[in-house]
Formats: sequence, structure tokens, C-alpha cells
Amino acid sequence: MARDVNQALAREFGLSADEYQRVLEIMGRVPSLTELGIFSVMWSEHCSYKSSRVWLKTLPTKAPWVIHGPGENAGVVDIGEGLAAVFKMESHNHPSFIEPYQGAATGVGGILRDVFTMGARPIANLNALRFGDPKLPRTKRIVDGVVRGIGGYGNCVGVPTVGGEVNFHPAYNGNPLVNAMTVGIADKTKIFLSAAAGVGNPVVYVGSKTGRDGIHGATMASAEFGKDAEEKRPTVQVGDPFVEKLLIEACLELMATDAIIAIQDMGAAGLTSSSVEMAGKGGVGIELELDQVPQRETGMTAYEMMLSESQERMLMVLRPDRQEVARAIFEKWELDFAVIGKLTDTGRIVIRHKGQVEADIPLDPLAEQAPLYHRPTEETPKPARLGLVADKAGLGPALRTLIGCPDLCSRRWVWEQYDYTIGGQTVKRPGAADAAIVKLEGRTRALALTTDCTPRYVLADPEVGGAQAVAEAWRNITATGARPLAITDNMNFANPEKPRIMGQFAAAIRGMAAACSALDFPVVSGNVSLYNETEGRPIMPTPAIGGLGVLEDAAHAVGYGLRPGLSLVLVGTTEGWLGQSLWLREIAGREEGAPPPVDLAAERRNGDFVRGEILAGRVAACHDVADGGLLVAVAEMALAGDTGATLERGGDAAYWYGEDQGRYVLACTDAAGVLARAQAAGVPARLLGSTGGAMLTLPDGDTISLAELRRLHEAFLPAWMDGRES
Amino acid sequence: MKAVVTVMLKNGVLDPQGKAIGQALSGLGFDGVGEVRAGKVIEVELAETDPAKAKAAAEEMARKLLANTVIESFKVEIAA
Amino acid sequence: MKAGIVVFPGINRERDMAIALERSAGRAPRMVWHRESDLSGLDLVVIPGGFSYGDYLRCGAMAAQSPIMGAIRAHAARGGHVLGVCNGFQILIEAGLLPGALLRNQGLRFLAMDCHLKVERADTDFTRHYQAGEVFRAPMAHGDGNYFADAATLDRLEGEGRVIFRYATPTGEITPEANRNGSQRNIAGIASENLRVLGLMPHPEDLVDPLMGGEDGKPLFDSICAALAA
Repeated sequence: MARDVNQALAREFGLSADEYQRVLEIMGRVPSLTELGIFSVMWSEHCSYKSSRVWLKTLPTKAPWVIHGPGENAGVVDIGEGLAAVFKMESHNHPSFIEPYQGAATGVGGILRDVFTMGARPIANLNALRFGDPKLPRTKRIVDGVVRGIGGYGNCVGVPTVGGEVNFHPAYNGNPLVNAMTVGIADKTKIFLSAAAGVGNPVVYVGSKTGRDGIHGATMASAEFGKDAEEKRPTVQVGDPFVEKLLIEACLELMATDAIIAIQDMGAAGLTSSSVEMAGKGGVGIELELDQVPQRETGMTAYEMMLSESQERMLMVLRPDRQEVARAIFEKWELDFAVIGKLTDTGRIVIRHKGQVEADIPLDPLAEQAPLYHRPTEETPKPARLGLVADKAGLGPALRTLIGCPDLCSRRWVWEQYDYTIGGQTVKRPGAADAAIVKLEGRTRALALTTDCTPRYVLADPEVGGAQAVAEAWRNITATGARPLAITDNMNFANPEKPRIMGQFAAAIRGMAAACSALDFPVVSGNVSLYNETEGRPIMPTPAIGGLGVLEDAAHAVGYGLRPGLSLVLVGTTEGWLGQSLWLREIAGREEGAPPPVDLAAERRNGDFVRGEILAGRVAACHDVADGGLLVAVAEMALAGDTGATLERGGDAAYWYGEDQGRYVLACTDAAGVLARAQAAGVPARLLGSTGGAMLTLPDGDTISLAELRRLHEAFLPAWMDGRES
Repeated sequence: MKAVVTVMLKNGVLDPQGKAIGQALSGLGFDGVGEVRAGKVIEVELAETDPAKAKAAAEEMARKLLANTVIESFKVEIAA
Repeated sequence: MKAGIVVFPGINRERDMAIALERSAGRAPRMVWHRESDLSGLDLVVIPGGFSYGDYLRCGAMAAQSPIMGAIRAHAARGGHVLGVCNGFQILIEAGLLPGALLRNQGLRFLAMDCHLKVERADTDFTRHYQAGEVFRAPMAHGDGNYFADAATLDRLEGEGRVIFRYATPTGEITPEANRNGSQRNIAGIASENLRVLGLMPHPEDLVDPLMGGEDGKPLFDSICAALAA
């Protein structure tokens, strides 16, 4: 790879002319190929957040229970009893389009490493998936590969996949979104960070060997897809979940000793970003001898080794007197262990290979002079409010269509490919509650976990949509009885160099920030994925939110399945908001209007009331009202509990299918008591109906048997994917 | 030398993977696709230089680990 | 009862199994790393679920060749009790301690769901706390659980009463719909001739606590604990 380093090559590596000029100034000379590679990945959108940083800084990140906010490998919150939850969500969108199975699998592997790097044992995985139009054969292939990949990796490492979301829209035809989230548990006094310290201390490489996988993956993740995307295949990494499982066990075993000073996983841009970040954060220099790096292939150059994205690797700084203890642990687990360098006091990263200095870069300017853009923004015009829409379908036929449409049908086909019981702590499984409930082993405490976003709202009004995504995560946690603590965000947007896109980003952040503040629900970690467009067609703006809450007693958690003999109570205000609703899209064939407004004060008041009722043991089942509106929510509750319901008479399509926010359906024995307490708390509530039987009796007197409803609800995915009736 | 071990499901053992591949091929418009069987090929580098001994060693490996003779048959070829 | 759980690299349900055993036995089992060779003092050896050696080559094939299998064989030959669940069942079969083979699920997809198991006989050390013919629920989570054996072997297993669990409907009917992985004759679990080596695909260990949705799997652990109570 003897190529001249010049502006043209820099351009190929993704550096602009200005950025290359800055490289020349920092170096005072033409950089070597390896040096150019290092600059290009460190200054890529993926590693530097150069377009998004100015906006991300405006998000609320603090609360008394936040131990580490953004800036570490993952966010850390105090969950009581001396424990911390460590969690983050990260995208693997581009790799998953090119090679769905490996793209999704390595996405799971990467986010797992972010979490166990900090000393936490991963206890749950979730995901947020967006795919294109189901009518396209390509969509089917991508869904198949992504679901298999997530399952293939997560099942093998033995971390339950307990929740997630799946949406379909033609906007994702050329650019699916695969966002993976991992949650781990650690002793809150034993959180491991990446800041290196101690001049002379050994830098140790552990895990898999290095090959030529994924070279320039980080810059690929920062580039728009062109028609040649299919040819980018060789840069996709291949995951080895078996080695990851060994790496988890070996790292956690080592973390129980006092050997580790700093540790960082090798994610995007592998050895480069891990060594630069560890040394940079610690304010020290670092020297690497690449001849010592365990290699899978022969003849690898320094450039290739520094840029390789081979999976299942970690970099650590160890106490020199504990080096042999560490080596023994990794040898027990049959993993590579190699001292590949040491810390220095030079403030520089120096890379040697075969006796040559291949790179010698000052670390401070590499970090501090990284580009930071205040890109121009253009606001999305506020959409006109939807006028009156005639209901030509009627309540019953609309329900039959909605409950089986790709965005509302059962996700059973997906979650049945994910091991969600492993660990033996899954209290509420997929399809049982608004948030997954995972108990902490040996304790009564449990976590409530969810992922949420409604991209069509964000597209129509990015600020409202941003607030709604956060509010829905908060609501889903609340609906189980848990106390929402914090979120991780995965900001999936299109090309930030287009002002309209950057405007979507900025407005979504504004909405999220408002919701985070109003709900005491700070952002503790996150990931930005930009340039999600293919041939100029942008995705819908998708700020996926991963929410985490805590329940002091797992036994208090409620799901949404109905039992017979209960009353149904609706909490929250129903105006009948059809703008951007699924009813409007699926029944009236229109995608328009403003999304439902989010009243954060009402959101909080209603949610706090509902949680109080649940924790007082007065609620048998609870479901938030989201996509599809009230009637869909009741139908989902009926199906989950295999129990029918009879709804009060009255109300039109807007009432029953509108997607007004801040609402919950509660099933309880003492409706009068709930209604009285709601009134006292200033929370709107009304009696909705009663439960029992094997039919759903609609407000217009129409009836649908649960058997029919279930057949409609379960049909789409198995029939579409495997050609089989569910 | 190199031993190439081909492992196939025995006749009579249902091969759902082969069946699925066959259906997919028909779906892609390939006419006249009959039975499809899926197996695996394992290449083993050997220090042994005598082809007969190499083959015997590889067959022993196949019987012991590479194939499950309850359901699979195997074939060993020695490449120089 | 002294139980030991054998841990191969890639095994991942050892903690679930330990919780279930401790719940019934009142004492924590011993974790046995695969490089150990001493199983003395153990009444029950358990090989739990997971992906030993990544399930590469064939599920269970590499673990079945590891040195500790010699000690497990000797334990079984002495009349000791062995339980293999999921990957553990695959390993026991690959090691020749139980007959047959476990193929890819018939639909070629991983299956994570609750299944219902019919207890074919309740007079074994693993099943005495169930009733014969009783149906219980158990989570399953596997990609290769499709039990296969030739007709003669199947007939022999049936004739010797060694089919212990079958996939069934919640009301106990043995139907193709209840048999999602495609196992021959709906077989979910089989035992050795002396009925002391049991292998099954589903995970009773993940359903031993009402909080997780039920205690359907607990009688299996109660049975073996009672049988081996010393």
C-alpha cells in the first residue's frame, strides 16, 4: 500500500481540504499513511461527533442518581443497594445494510463490550430496528439477516434479549436502522474507566487476533451510501460470539482483582481509537510496538493494524506487578494476551513496526483541534393541523386492519428467535409488559427496560417528536410500576450537511432536552449515526431512546395482559388526535398533519399517579396508549391476557384511534377508588369498560372474537418471512 | 499435505437446509432442480508427507470428531 | 445431595442451573471447570446449556471430546446420576452416553418459547415429583433440538421406557404442532438404560420461581434432590 499521502488521498479517507490542512499544521510535515489513517478515523463523524457535539451538549445529563454521564464507554446510574446499572445504545446501520447478519451480530458484540469494559456483567440486551417497505424482497432478506444476527450473537454470549421495537417504512428501504442496547450491573464502587495512568505501565492487548476486518469502518459509518454500497462488503467485520463470551468472563474475573488501571474496548477504529482515547483521557503518552500485536493474517502493515476493526478485542493498562496474574486469567480462557506497549510522558502516540516509526502524533492537538462544526440548520415548517377526516371504515373493520398491519402486528416471530429467559431473571418477557422487567440475581430489585421512538412524528415535527420519544420511554417504564431513571439515545439522522437535516437534529434535541428536564430523565450515554441516506433519499429522523427504570421489588411489576372480572380505566386526556396516526395512514391512506402534542406537565402528573396506583397494589394490568390509539391498546391487553373486554358505548374513530399522548389503560378491581383518587390528584380519568369472556365488544356494539383478533395479529410476520401460518 | 474432509448428512436423514436451498433455487427461477443436500467441507493441514498415512489420520479425525457417524457420512481426499 | 455443574468454554446457563439446584437442594452446587478431572464426592453431575466451543462444527461435538468426559463416563458407569440440558443434552449424545442425534430445528430458526412437556414416566429419580402423564411448561431456547434416531433405536428407546419427556399440547396431546423443532416422535428428553443419565432440550431450570412465570420446572429438581438426599 505504498501510496503518496496528499490531499486527494485525504479526501478518499474522508477528510475535507480544511481538515487535511489542519493535519499538516499539527504535524508540521506531510503525515505518513498510518498517521493520515489515524487522523481520518479520529476526526470521522463517528469518533469525533463533529457535527452533533454542539447540540448534544445541550441535553440534560445530571441527576443525583447519575454516576457517569456521556463521555465514558456507557452511562452509569445508581440503582440502590450499592449497585449501578451501566447501559448504552449504539447503531450498526451501515454494516447491517451491507451484510445484515454480521452487521447486526457485531453491533450486539460492540455494545456488549462497551458495557462490560466498565466492569458490569451484561444482564439484558434490547434493540430498535427499522426496515424498509415489506413489499420489497430486499427488505425481507435484511429482516431475516438482522434478526438472525442479533439472535445468533446474543443467544451465544448468553445475554437475554428482552425487548425492542420494529418498524417498517419505505424511508428505510436503502438504509435500515439497527440500534442495539446493552444493560449491565456492577458494584457502584468498582466502575472501570478508560483514562490511562502511570508512566511506564504496560499496555496490554487481549481477546481475538487482528485481521484485515473492517478497515475504515468508522469512516464508512460516516459516509452516505452510493450505488457501490454492495461492493463495500470486504470492510464488514465478522463476529465471534464464542470469543466474546470468553472475553466477558475473563475480563470480569480480572476486574475482581486490582490489576486494571484502565480498560477500553476496541470498537470502531480499533487500536487507534482505544489507544488514543486511553492516553488522551489520562493526559499521558503511549508507545505501541505493533510487532507484538497478535495477528491472524500475514504481512499486515502498521496502517492495517491501526485501522483494523477485528472484533472481540480489548486494550488495558495494567499494574506492572499484576501482569502475570492477568496473563494467567486470559490463558485460562484461551484468549490472546500480549504486552504491546507502554505509557510515556511525551504526550504523543508513537507507533513502531519492524523497527520503523510508523506514526508519531501529539495527542492534545489530535483531540483538541478535532473539527467542530456549527452546521447551518433549517427548521422544518410546522405542519398544518389535520382537518376533519371522514371515517369510511367503521371501528371494527379498522381494528381488524390495524391489529395485523406491519407496524402493529405481533413481534412474536422476532422475539422467538431471541433467547429471553437465559439468566433466569426475566420477570416480564417480550409481549408481556410495556417495558421488559429483569430481576437482579439474588435480590428483589429489578430493572425496567424499553426502547422507543416514533419517527413519523419526528419527521412531521422534530421538536415534538423528540419530546415524544423520551416521554414514551418514560411512560413505558412507568406503566410497569418502575421509577424511570435515565436514558441512552441513538440519534439516527441523514446527511448533516443539508440544513433541513441538521435542523431536524437540532429540533429533536430541543424536544428531547425539554422532556428529559420535565421528567427528571437525563441522558447518560448515546451514539450518533449520521449520513443515513442512500442516493440522496434520507431516512426518517429517528432519535431512538433506550430507557431504564428501577423497581425496588420485582413482584410489584405489572404487565398489560387482562384477567377476567376487572374494570378498565383510562387515564389521560383524549381529544381524538388523528394527525400522523397509524389509523390515518393504514385506514385513510394519508401520512399528514401534526403529531400529537406532548404536554410534559400532564405527562408527569398522569404517570406519577399511575405508578402510585401500581405500587399500592391496586392495578392488575396497565398499558400505555401509543401507536394505533386506545382501541388498539385495549385489543393488545386482551390478547396478552387471553381475556375479552366490553367497552363503554360512544366515541368516534378519532376518539378510539387518535394517538393523544400521556394516556394509560388500567385494569383494576376498584375503578371507583381509582377514579376518585385521580380526581383528587387532578388527573383526568374515566371508566372505559370491563373485562371477561372471549370477545372484544366494541363501543359501537360490534364484536370480534379473541381467536379472530389473534389470528389477524399473529399472521403477518410468519406468513411474510417463512410462508407459514402462525 | 492437506486433507479435505467432506461431511454430508446420511441418506435418509432429513436435511431441512438442503430442502430450503432447493426451494430458494426454484424460487429464483432455476428449473429442474432436484434434491439438494447441504454438507460441510473441512480442510486440515497435515505435517504428514505420506498420502496413505495422511488419509488414515484424517479418517480417524473424521470418525472421532469431524463427523457424527450417527447422522453423517464423510469422504477424505488428500491434496498435495 | 452434592451436585456439580460442569462448565465448558461457551457454556452460559450454568448460573440458571445453579439457582434451580440451590432452590431445591438448599445448598449451592460445585462449579466444575472443564479442565478438572475429579468428580469424586458428587452425586449428580450436570452439564448445563449454552454454546460450548461456540457450537462450531456440531453442537456439543468438541466438548464431548474433552478430557473431563472421561470422568463423567466413569461417574455414569458407577451408576452416578447425570443431567444434561440443551447443550448438555447435545454433549451427552455426542459423547455416546445417550443415543441418537440432535439436528437443526425443522424450521431452521432458533426457537425461544415455552413448550409443554408430557411426563412419560414418573418413576425415575428425575421425575418422581411429577405424575405420570402430567404436562408441565418449560422454556426452550435452541437452534438444534430436533431429535433424530433410526427406527430401531427409537423402538428400543420406547420399548425400554427411556423416553421421559415428549412435546405436547397444554392438554397432553402429542401433535405435530406441539413439536416445533421437528423431533422424531415428539421426543424432548431421554434417559440411559439405568434411567440415571437424563438429557432433555427444554430448560426446566428457568421456570422454578413464580416471579418468572411459574414453578413448573421445580419438581424435576425436587425429585433428584429427594432421590439423592443423603
